[in-house]
Amino acid sequence: MPPNSAATAAQAPAAESRFARFAAEYARSRLALAALVALVLIVLLALLAPWIAPQNPYDLATLDLLDARLPPGSHAANGMTYWLGTDGQGRDMLSAILYGLRVSLYVGLASGAIALTVGSLIGVLAAFTGGRFEQFVMRVVDVQLGFPAILVALILLAVLGKGVDKIIIALVTVQWAYYARTARSAALVERNKEYIEAARGLGLSRARIVLRHLLPNALPPLIVVGTVQVAHAIALEATLSFLGLGLPTTEPSLGLLIANGYEYLMSGKYWISVYPGVALLATILSINLVGDQLRDVLNPRLAR
Amino acid sequence: MSTPAAPLLEVRDLATEFATREGTVRAVDGVSFTLERGQILGLVGESGSGKSVTGFSILGLIDPPGRVVAGSVRFDGQELVGRTERELRSLRGRRIAMIFQDPMMTLNPVLSVETQMIETVLAHERVTRAAARARAVAALAQVGIASPEERLRQYPHQFSGGMRQRVAIAIALLHRPELIIADEPTTALDVTVQGQILAQMQALVRETGSALMWITHDLAVVAGLAQRVAVMYAGRIVEQGPVGAVLDAPWHPYTRGLLDSVPANNVRGVPLRQIAGMTPAPGQLPAGCAFRPRCPRADARCIEEPPLVAGPARSALCHHPLEAA
Amino acid sequence: MRQRRLASPMPVFILRRLAQTLVVLFATSLIVFVGLYHVGDPVEILVNPTADQAEKERAAAALGLDRPLHEQYFGFLKGAATGNLGQSFVYGRPALEVIFERMPATLELAALAMFIATALGIPLGLYAGLKPDSWGARTIMAASVVGFSLPTFWIGLILILVFAVQLGWLPSTGRGPTTEFLGITSSLWHWDGLKYALLPAINLALFKLALIIRLTRAQVREHSLQDYMKFARAKGLSRTRIVGVHLFKNILIPLVTVIGLELGSVIAFAVVTESIFAWPGMGKLVIDSIFQLDRPVVVAYLMVIVFMFILINLAVDLLYSALDPRVRLDAAQ
Repeated sequence: MPPNSAATAAQAPAAESRFARFAAEYARSRLALAALVALVLIVLLALLAPWIAPQNPYDLATLDLLDARLPPGSHAANGMTYWLGTDGQGRDMLSAILYGLRVSLYVGLASGAIALTVGSLIGVLAAFTGGRFEQFVMRVVDVQLGFPAILVALILLAVLGKGVDKIIIALVTVQWAYYARTARSAALVERNKEYIEAARGLGLSRARIVLRHLLPNALPPLIVVGTVQVAHAIALEATLSFLGLGLPTTEPSLGLLIANGYEYLMSGKYWISVYPGVALLATILSINLVGDQLRDVLNPRLAR
Repeated sequence: MSTPAAPLLEVRDLATEFATREGTVRAVDGVSFTLERGQILGLVGESGSGKSVTGFSILGLIDPPGRVVAGSVRFDGQELVGRTERELRSLRGRRIAMIFQDPMMTLNPVLSVETQMIETVLAHERVTRAAARARAVAALAQVGIASPEERLRQYPHQFSGGMRQRVAIAIALLHRPELIIADEPTTALDVTVQGQILAQMQALVRETGSALMWITHDLAVVAGLAQRVAVMYAGRIVEQGPVGAVLDAPWHPYTRGLLDSVPANNVRGVPLRQIAGMTPAPGQLPAGCAFRPRCPRADARCIEEPPLVAGPARSALCHHPLEAA
Repeated sequence: MRQRRLASPMPVFILRRLAQTLVVLFATSLIVFVGLYHVGDPVEILVNPTADQAEKERAAAALGLDRPLHEQYFGFLKGAATGNLGQSFVYGRPALEVIFERMPATLELAALAMFIATALGIPLGLYAGLKPDSWGARTIMAASVVGFSLPTFWIGLILILVFAVQLGWLPSTGRGPTTEFLGITSSLWHWDGLKYALLPAINLALFKLALIIRLTRAQVREHSLQDYMKFARAKGLSRTRIVGVHLFKNILIPLVTVIGLELGSVIAFAVVTESIFAWPGMGKLVIDSIFQLDRPVVVAYLMVIVFMFILINLAVDLLYSALDPRVRLDAAQ
């Protein structure tokens, strides 16, 4: 047996090349690569919005009502160009979209992260506890998944009212079951495998089982589910905002921006609704494309 | 006493390649053999030797990423390599039939046996459904399935493994093919059932006069069944000849090794003989003779491609054949 | 391949389903009722703002809102047992009646949308699965990802913008006149009515279309690799038969289950489309009811939806067992 240092030295390059291999696999699709780049760009834009937006659309002092409903390319009195036009209150659409992106992404990612944590914990717990508890939990999961997300969210928001935290709660409620189911499947595989080892050890070895074996196994399918769910969450939030539920007008997401522009569609002032929609579409599309490729790469069965 | 007619099947230098992520792999690398009418040939080899691929290549059933890249397959004088799908289709199931390894997967689970048999008849002959049905019943009876009328209406999952394989055989026989290619038909079955199927096939083939190419990894099966045997290793036929001669006095060290490792051929109490080493992965064949790393007779010369040592009706691919030709 | 077993004979199966239905309905009604109870004050919305306290109290009493929660709920349950799910605050009629009035419109939209999605989706998915490297297949798959990512409500807006406002080909709101055919009254039978339904139906269908294309393709790819496909070729069967019968029957089974379930989802999602296109269906009703705090309608709507879902699930299960011989015969044996 080689001495410890040699073994660990051998391990480090092995782990590195595994990621490198994964990255190379992923990059085989130029489309997915482009989508990843786009996604990173979008996230950056959202993060840097307060600094790069030409105008803070929610600072009423900077708005000029006379500039309302101007088409893209028009100029403001102070020389600024409204690249994407202005909305009904004279807000620069580009800035509004950048800020709206922040909200949409924040809500989508936050709800995704929380749902992932909560759902996975429940799923893993169910798998390891087994018996009636597991049956009950999975039954709840099934029922929850059978319900259309939009209805659940609608009712929840009707009851809870408006607010960023309320909509995150609604989105988490709609999503957790997917994560729970995936996490449980992965945990079951482990449970069956390590059954004998778990019988030998006690609490400590079980924790190690979870950390060392379970997570690496569960992570790929959870990531895949995660990308789909985040995209869904963003779309769902947009839909709910459009319907008038969820986010208050003080922090509009892209959905609310689109809703605000609805009334101007008939009179041909399309830019107020269409451009936020394009931003929304670009975000969701890149997430989906990235998620698709991740799924293909992480799933060995479809290797052709 | 053989009439000087052309052989039924003449395979010459057949080569089939697969494009994999690690590169192009030659699963079948220059395989040549002939099969006369009514003759039984046993194609023997371990998994990965290319024997199944050979069978599929003959019928043109190699799907991308694989394809037949070289060689010729002459069936009754006609060249099969390079023919269109449509032309091959008229031969398949009618003049050349194939039996696969796992009958659970080869019969469509959602269609009745009746449907799957009748469609085979109707694919090649214009007869009425009733006539096709009658043929199917007769075929089932022929392979020894009781109450064939009832069984016809059932679905594959209602048959046992051995019965399903009999159904597959019945389907193969529907048009009285001149050649049957059987790809490990008994490997997935219980040992007792294996014997039954084997005996059945032997009787049927004698009755119908079909030639049979039996692909297997089991030498014992070949010993009892075939007239000729061809041994494959790493995509090539390393030895072929009359079954009695080859099994009694093999020329190729690999054949010798295979025979020696059969438990029945070993002495009790003494460790079982084995062939040292492991079969090389198709993409990582050694230079020259592929068997060189495992061969007890290998020397420096074996780095080069081995010559074909041929005798009357026998041949081996070796630098140091066991018996001088 | 999924193996399902109807472990008990048919009547027991159905009875068990019915029992489950009741439990779910009960649980749903309880949760929603209690939840909505705490939201806002319907009286404020319904009554003239200049009304004085006494009038408001009278209005509240008339609606039963002055009674404590559990009394209201039991009253609801009693009514539910006789088929009365409460009176709509806004319309003053039984909530169920209002919902059933609007249901045909929603069902019609959902049916048209699912028809479009399957009639286009299955052939496109088949093609993409059979010739995955062709230019056509790649386009279809790229388009399906886009269709999948488009938020339904936004696409609805775009559809209105392009087809109604810019091109003026199709009307943007409302439902057309209905005619009767084969005993069913619908606006779809005639172009005059159909043209109103087209845009909202296409809107609803897009997402499902993408889904069905992807699902069909995945199934085709998975099943094409199976041995029985190769065996069918070895028998000398024609390509048409191999794809049309052998492949198709196998992919149909999972496809049918998904499509059935998606139908329920489409009915629920109609909520959004009906709002945008002002389509007078259940969806628009429930959105309006939420904003108007017309609780009985909301509760009744949910119960109806849950019930429909369970029916659809049951139908799908039965269909599945009819299609897949491995399941059907287990019960008999």
